Amino acid sequence: MTEKQGTIPCSQAVGQLWDYLDNAIAPEDQEKVEKHLSFCRKCCGELEFAKELREFLASRGAEEIPPDVKTRLERFVEDI
Amino acid sequence: MSEVDLHNRTKGAFQRLVSPELPALYSLARRLVRSGAEDLVQEALLRGYRSFGALKEDAAAGPWLKSILVNVFRDQLRKQARSVDELPVDEVETFSLYRTLVEEDPFPYSDTLHHDFLRAFGKEDVREVLMRLPEIYRAPLVLRYMDGFATKEIARMLAVPLGTILARLHRGRKRFEMEMWAYAEEMGLLLEEAIR
Repeated sequence: MTEKQGTIPCSQAVGQLWDYLDNAIAPEDQEKVEKHLSFCRKCCGELEFAKELREFLASRGAEEIPPDVKTRLERFVEDI
Repeated sequence: MSEVDLHNRTKGAFQRLVSPELPALYSLARRLVRSGAEDLVQEALLRGYRSFGALKEDAAAGPWLKSILVNVFRDQLRKQARSVDELPVDEVETFSLYRTLVEEDPFPYSDTLHHDFLRAFGKEDVREVLMRLPEIYRAPLVLRYMDGFATKEIARMLAVPLGTILARLHRGRKRFEMEMWAYAEEMGLLLEEAIR
């Protein structure tokens, strides 16, 4: 894709997608990413996947504590 | 905090406050270290008890204990002082898991290729992928996207500047995507049977 005036290339847009979702980039950069997404279908696909990957990470966060470990840690707390 | 609370920082109060947080603490520890999660929690509990008076609100016990656990983890890293296994910048920067999936098309009969790829990963697979990342990338990734801490808070916990955390998150995400792809290839997750 050729770079139009005031727009950013795909590489730059994709590089900022997670920060864009986090609202962690400057408002002017936010606008540039949005402008890019308004005409680039491929990067919209990248954005949707970034959203899905974030949800995936959040959903894979909690690990079960094995009962024996829980018991040991509870005893540890009691013995402090 | 009320006056009653201020005088209520007893051993019994600590035990009552901490017990419900043990699963979440252990879960975080398991995602930060390959082995020694239980030791990490124990050390965090000891430090927590020693600084129990600093906890202002009982309701903040969970994040407070997690923050202490991350401090212990950070101190362990400093002692180890391992060098970071870096990949070439270009290789990391230009990698896109989304694009790789489109180009390689591992599930040609799937209408939901990207979704199916993620669905092939169980919790243990995700943990293994995380463990393949250098700790300096793994920790911010876990704290931000799995435990939901703000970037400023992560910078404070790990005692590094905010800009460094943002850069590590960026690079960590890329490396996580690269490792997911490599792991899926190695473990046979790219076979059609893996998503059935």
